[in-house]
Amino acid sequence: MSTDAKPAKKQKLSVPFDYSKYLRKDKLPHIWCPGCGHGIILKALLRAVDKVGLEKDDICMVSGIGCSSRTPGYVDFNTLHTLHGRAPSFATGIKLTNPELNVIVTTGDGDALAIGGNHFIHTCRRNIDMTILVYSNAIYGMTGGQFSPTTPIGSFTHTSSYGAMEPPFDTCEMAKAAGATFVARATSYHVQDLEKTLKAAIEHKGTSVVEILDECPVYFGRLNKMRSASQMMEKIEKEGTVSVKQAENLSPEEIGGRLLRGILHHDTETAEYCDQYAALTERAQGK
Amino acid sequence: MADNTASKTKNSALTGNSAMALAMKQIDPDVCAVYPITPSTTVIEEFSSYVADGAVETEFVTVESEHSAMSACIGASAAGGRAMTATSSQGLALMWEMLYIASGMRLPIIMTTVNRALAAPINIHCDHSDSMGARDSGWIQLYSETVQEAYDNLFQAVKIAEDERVLLPVMVCLDGFITSHAIEVLSLITDDEAKDFVGDYTAKHPLLDTDNPASMGALALPDTYMDFKHVQSDAIAASKEVVIEVGKEFGKRFGREYGLIDTYQLEDADVAIVILNSAAGTTRVAIDELRAKGLKVGLLKPRLFRPFPHAEMVEALKGVKAVCVLDRADSFSGFGGPLFNEVRSALYDMEDRPKIMGRIYGLGGKDYTTENAVAIYEALFDVVKTGKIDTLNDYMGS
Repeated sequence: MSTDAKPAKKQKLSVPFDYSKYLRKDKLPHIWCPGCGHGIILKALLRAVDKVGLEKDDICMVSGIGCSSRTPGYVDFNTLHTLHGRAPSFATGIKLTNPELNVIVTTGDGDALAIGGNHFIHTCRRNIDMTILVYSNAIYGMTGGQFSPTTPIGSFTHTSSYGAMEPPFDTCEMAKAAGATFVARATSYHVQDLEKTLKAAIEHKGTSVVEILDECPVYFGRLNKMRSASQMMEKIEKEGTVSVKQAENLSPEEIGGRLLRGILHHDTETAEYCDQYAALTERAQGK
Repeated sequence: MADNTASKTKNSALTGNSAMALAMKQIDPDVCAVYPITPSTTVIEEFSSYVADGAVETEFVTVESEHSAMSACIGASAAGGRAMTATSSQGLALMWEMLYIASGMRLPIIMTTVNRALAAPINIHCDHSDSMGARDSGWIQLYSETVQEAYDNLFQAVKIAEDERVLLPVMVCLDGFITSHAIEVLSLITDDEAKDFVGDYTAKHPLLDTDNPASMGALALPDTYMDFKHVQSDAIAASKEVVIEVGKEFGKRFGREYGLIDTYQLEDADVAIVILNSAAGTTRVAIDELRAKGLKVGLLKPRLFRPFPHAEMVEALKGVKAVCVLDRADSFSGFGGPLFNEVRSALYDMEDRPKIMGRIYGLGGKDYTTENAVAIYEALFDVVKTGKIDTLNDYMGS
């Protein structure tokens, strides 16, 4: 046995992330169904917030109505649970009153794009500094599985027994077209990418929209012959998407019907709304 | 061999929402525009199955909000179709400006309102804040104690709304979860009976009649606006007679007659509770308990809230010494709750009118128990004894 032992190789210790400091533990367990992707998004968001280094009291999280809108109930930030579809409008009021706050909106495809579609596009248009997370599971979960504006054509829901007939929105294209200056798509499957994307979205100054594809096994999965959450994640999130980087080396034919994943649009030039507002106020006051 | 096909369709155990969906199927409206909201969602969800099965001819539109749902119903009704929808709480609140358009344009739209509390704070359980808030919107409002009543009311609503003397929208209210999600055995009418009772609807001035062009909702300035409202006000007041007629005809055909109010043990009662919807059932149980002890207690349950049955109320409460009106909605810092306000005002001209107090109960689904009702009756007997009401209006149980 050799006595001159080599110096031990420095080992990276992986310390489990302590979520508890960001959670209202008395509000747990959460109400989300087994297999729902919302919990994965919540955890990624908390890790992203931690990485950005935000103080809890400097964050205000706003939501509307629906499963995704339950998120603020579980986090120990300033939180406001509002009306169906109206979260971006409440958030706009909060941001204008206190531009120092980091405003995060959690919403779903039904909440943001159907009943709140108008508020969503006009918030993007203003490019006010906030982060809007659209948990996109292609169904109204809370009311029991009706089709939503992101339900793919032909999918079965409780209100589309013969397959959905209406063409769905492309959430990211719409956000970009409406004027959001940071637009990204992530999934609850690519969980490390999700965390990175959320971090970048929070750090961006202007309206950031992140569409997060996740799964509703209880309604969407069950009605569309996807028997488990993991099967849904494989099929919709893994096989159904391709990263922006991978896509660079692929022809449109090779990409096929897959959705792009990653940061799709990042404009750091366009002026942010609160800054514009402050400048206008100064100008009007002749300063 | 006995023909049991009729009896098969006559009785069934259904939730309130299933019964409403079935009634909608039997009515087979031309257009149904909807948006989901708890606790009314399953009315529409089940109705959508009837659509998918081809059991109805209805054009079924799942729109992007309740605002759009009522807008689409207004468009459909103005075009000459029979339009229906269902909602609750915030959904009804989001329909607000449309409610006034529907009644102002004299469109006989039918809506199931599954009563639920209004935010904030968010609450999905029953109270009447939603429909009470809509009480001045010009809609006729029918309230339902049981699944049977809600089911029966929907057919009658169609007939009332579409009567030429009325031409106004009607909402049929039932209690969220308590009635909407409770299974009750009820007597059903057959599809043919339903069809025959509600009849076909032919709009008198449909927008799609291009030979006789019409304009609706046009600008009316101070020279005409008030006249429109006057006519509308007369129409809803006159609809009371139609509600009575339709209730009688329903009784003649199906054995369940409906009036404007319902009473229980009220005839010789010394004290009475006035209450809407499912809580009337709880009150009946309390009455049976107290009557067994020889106490003369009674119930008055308005079925119609708009137009308000003032005269019938006065008639029914003659001889009663003290009344408590229970409201499942507050009219914050009004003179008591909305029902209290109406009842007390109705009794003002009465000679020897009873003492009246008001209590707010059951907000956001808070239980209303037989013990609560008994306590109210005891308080009313104290009022009779002392001739004094300690607290005119109060919250009960909080």
